[in-house]
Amino acid sequence: MAQLQFDNSASLAEKIAADAGVTLSDCYQCGKCSAGCPMSASMDIQPRQAVRLLQLGMADELVRSRMIWLCASCHMCVDRCPNDVDLPALIENARYEAQRIKLCAVPEVGKFNDIFMENVKNFGKSQEVILEGAYNLLSGNLLQDMGSVPHMLRHGIVGPEIRTVREREHVRRMLTAAEKEDEGC
Amino acid sequence: MSRTGVFVCHCGSNIAGALDVERVAEAAGKLPGVRYAATYKYMCSEQGQQLVRDAIAEHGLDRIVIASCSPRMHENTFRKLLKDTPVNPYMLEIANIREQCAWVHTDREQATEKAIDLVRMAVAKVSKNKPLHSSFIPVHKKALVIGAGIAGIQAALDIADAGYEVTLLEKESSIGGHMVMLDKTFPTLDCSACISTPKMSEVAAHPNVTLMTGSTVESVGGYVGNFDVTIRQKAKYVNHDLCTGCGLCETKCPAKVTSEFNQQLCTRTAIFRPFPQAVPAKPVIDPDSCRKLSGKARCGVCQAVCPLGAIDFEDKDKLITDTYGAIVVATGYELVDWAPLYPEYGGGKYPDVITGLQYERLVNASGPTEGKILRPSDKSVPKEIVIVKCVGSRDKKKGRAYCSRACCMYSAKHAHQILDKIPDACVTVFYMDVRTPGKNYEEFYDRAREDGARYVRGRVAKIFRENGKLICRGEDTLLGRSVEVPADMVILETAMTPAPEIRELCARLSISTDEYGWVQEAHPKLRPVETQTAGVYLAGTCQGPKDIPDTVAQAGAAAAKVCILFSKNEIEGSPMISAVDENKCCGCSACVRVCPYRAVTLEEIDSREINGTVKRHVARVNAGLCQGCGACAAACRTGAIDLLGFTNAQILKEVDALCL
Amino acid sequence: MLRYAYYPGCSMDTTGVTYRMSIEYLARKIGLELMEIPDWNCCGASSAHAKGKWQALALPARNLAIAEKRLPGLDICVPCAACYARLLAATAAIRESDETRARIEEITGVTVKAGAEILTLMDVLGTDEGFAACAAAVERKLTGLKVACYYGCLTSRPRAITGVQNIESPELMEKIVSLSGVECVDWDFKTECCGGSHQVDAPAAARPLVERIFRNAKANGAQAIVTACPMCHLNLDMREEEINRKMGTAYDIPVYQFTQLLAVAMGASAKEVGLQKHFYPAFKRLDRTLRKAGTLQ
Repeated sequence: MAQLQFDNSASLAEKIAADAGVTLSDCYQCGKCSAGCPMSASMDIQPRQAVRLLQLGMADELVRSRMIWLCASCHMCVDRCPNDVDLPALIENARYEAQRIKLCAVPEVGKFNDIFMENVKNFGKSQEVILEGAYNLLSGNLLQDMGSVPHMLRHGIVGPEIRTVREREHVRRMLTAAEKEDEGC
Repeated sequence: MSRTGVFVCHCGSNIAGALDVERVAEAAGKLPGVRYAATYKYMCSEQGQQLVRDAIAEHGLDRIVIASCSPRMHENTFRKLLKDTPVNPYMLEIANIREQCAWVHTDREQATEKAIDLVRMAVAKVSKNKPLHSSFIPVHKKALVIGAGIAGIQAALDIADAGYEVTLLEKESSIGGHMVMLDKTFPTLDCSACISTPKMSEVAAHPNVTLMTGSTVESVGGYVGNFDVTIRQKAKYVNHDLCTGCGLCETKCPAKVTSEFNQQLCTRTAIFRPFPQAVPAKPVIDPDSCRKLSGKARCGVCQAVCPLGAIDFEDKDKLITDTYGAIVVATGYELVDWAPLYPEYGGGKYPDVITGLQYERLVNASGPTEGKILRPSDKSVPKEIVIVKCVGSRDKKKGRAYCSRACCMYSAKHAHQILDKIPDACVTVFYMDVRTPGKNYEEFYDRAREDGARYVRGRVAKIFRENGKLICRGEDTLLGRSVEVPADMVILETAMTPAPEIRELCARLSISTDEYGWVQEAHPKLRPVETQTAGVYLAGTCQGPKDIPDTVAQAGAAAAKVCILFSKNEIEGSPMISAVDENKCCGCSACVRVCPYRAVTLEEIDSREINGTVKRHVARVNAGLCQGCGACAAACRTGAIDLLGFTNAQILKEVDALCL
Repeated sequence: MLRYAYYPGCSMDTTGVTYRMSIEYLARKIGLELMEIPDWNCCGASSAHAKGKWQALALPARNLAIAEKRLPGLDICVPCAACYARLLAATAAIRESDETRARIEEITGVTVKAGAEILTLMDVLGTDEGFAACAAAVERKLTGLKVACYYGCLTSRPRAITGVQNIESPELMEKIVSLSGVECVDWDFKTECCGGSHQVDAPAAARPLVERIFRNAKANGAQAIVTACPMCHLNLDMREEEINRKMGTAYDIPVYQFTQLLAVAMGASAKEVGLQKHFYPAFKRLDRTLRKAGTLQ
């Protein structure tokens, strides 16, 4: 039997809500968000349930969920919500908390983002070839989308060229400083 | 020299629990002019009041200060008490040491000091009080009821049955309002027209009722007991004295426009009765759709075929002025225009996504489909029907946070009716909550579920058409999964909303509306049918969403209030109104311009000066209109106009008592 | 004056190449000056704001700062919806709070005021001037081709930042693309998300989103889908055949960037707008349309 303990002291749920600028009691659990979410069918907890968990102070379950990584940030939920509850912001902050404890319930998504940002740090711009290649390698999906490679090569959609920013050192320093700032949040 | 008595109330432990009342009385006893100071547990009780009477007799007191709860609670109690004593009821001041002291402070010492300050201020003020005497306003025993839906009809019937004259106004060409558009009513499933049309006939035939349809309020002046109202009666273009209601004209009229009564589901002619049981049962011509009257064509067919020569194209609007003692506002509601608010439901482009009221017209035997539930698009019988609740209500984003109160019940009614009328129909009701607060309401909802209505808890996110079906997406929150229901027809149960045109009417009557436009009652708990303006009452959904039982009850209550007013030949006005010292008044009319009640006018008087009599202008206050707000006293540069009971001298004495 | 600062975004040279080609053709034809922000960096797309708030603001902020300095007084035209959303978010954050701006300046080492308006390419071509220029440049019409205009999610949401009134059924793309002579059908998935980068990192979960879009487009009679973002275009174009194979559907709906249709209407050849580069064959439908309309030269 789960115990509903209302922990009113400073808790992770309150922090996530405060960082997102959300008053959790605004949500009356109507479910319009879940119903409008394009990714809801594959989520382990529904968008509405994400808010419910925070309302009950059960932030750890949210942070451990696959749902926060499957969100596509399309913002259909908040733009239809009768009470303007900023669910994308809640999810984003839940992700930051997950990252803080090195947790990512959908590792492929985490890896994709990591590789993307590594590229940007190194080159200043995203490199699609490196991104796809490194992602396939690190996620273990070695042959993903490989069937499309001949077409892309033939038509010059992808190639060996690396596109960089002249001031890439500046971009690297900038990102490093930003990372530090993010860690402290 | 004042002989003031100060009475400090314990109010049980409400005040005594938060501050030292004995110390307050002790301090009061030392104030200038105070001859007697005491405390008592409950000053408003019979014993407390006797204490005041005895003290007045024993100590020859000529003015009283009660330190107690808010004057809004018991000022009238103590004024009534003083009526039977030598002390004028207005030689009284209340120091609010409860709501403004004991209830809001936690430090006992500081609260006591503050209470002493408040009493000192009251004692200072009362030293400047003068006896005041009420004026009496005659009451014209004729009522005006604006709106002839079930609320207006019921109020008019009750007032008329009590023996008073009533003018019943209705802006449409027939009375009956929204109730007569409904098919059946919950929870009894009475046929709506069957229970309302007898009342409609009764009110139209009542000897005390003057029924005016096609009429609106043009202007209002005056005050309680004496409202001067000008009514605009729109041209009917049909002489109802000659017309017998045979209906021949309606069958010949070539013009067709969408029927408002049938919620745009079918057409009507330009000369028309909105529905078969209309009262009056005689048609009128809508000049905008009439080809002849709007100048589009020569026509005149109705006039040609009328056997009694009742058509009169030369008819004009009439303006009628009369005096009324009381006005009842019963203007009803509108349904929110949902299409621009909910593009996610198709924004109005799907003809088979209809409102609850459109559904009522479909299922009604005198409606566009003669009572058969048919899809507007292709007139086929829908099998899979979805009912969506809370459309436009409980939705801050779309502008209305409130609950529209009746929709849960009429959704259950709609579900029940469909399952009853269409064999093997499947009804899904998407809801957030099911609110069934009335008698037999919960049992009615039980029955709808027994009939087979499937209630899914979740708000519909999107309705779109695919392969001939209307796909409704909502989350079954109890299951935790999103569902798609492919419907043949969708009924949106839309919110009641105030009719926008009553804003102007309310301004004319000087009554308030709330943030949404609902007419504001004088007190939400204890004065539900009165408004801030004496003599103006309200009834029905103009005050807020409600169902028929509550509407009828409220209409009776408003009628009772009117009868209370009419039971007297004159009523007592408050003496705490403005008064003008004509010697000081220079006629600058600042007060006239600043008065929100138009209670001050400039009048010419003959003034005796040193070198003869001159004519000059001074301000005059209408005792009936003045509400005692004091704006004029603040605006007056010479101090000529002052508010009795709150004179400049009284207020300054209070301020000095606190600050010096 | 049809002159804007221009932020192309990282995919323009790779998966967005057909978009770039058609934009260049179009811009030349109507005299639209798109001045590329010098030495621009990646906007961060969806990955940056998944990693951290300040990383997500720093990346676009540098671009805003460069534009302010080197292309002062010009509004910024952003053809990719994700880049648009990021630049707009940074602009809103900087404008909203001096504290945020100060922190961003500290982190990035640039000064930025975010005074320029951020516009999609649709916004630019939808202005009176842009629209008139397009209308004047059309030489032939793609009459008879029924298309579904697909906006994706980021051009209209979040409403609080984009200011778009109707997030369910906008009409800007229809207005512009109708100039090419196509018939825009009314359909219901105009702004439903295509899944973004989840088509790569969560394919099983994301493929149904693309299938749903094709399903509703087809149900409403569309013969082609028109997009305004390189990610949306890639997701629809690249995954159509896989969806047909794996989900048993038979969608035959080529996907075009709206600028490709405009460019073709202005006289561009198939090669000039890169039709051969599409994953799902896109040449035949346009070719047949032009032949039927009698406007193929």
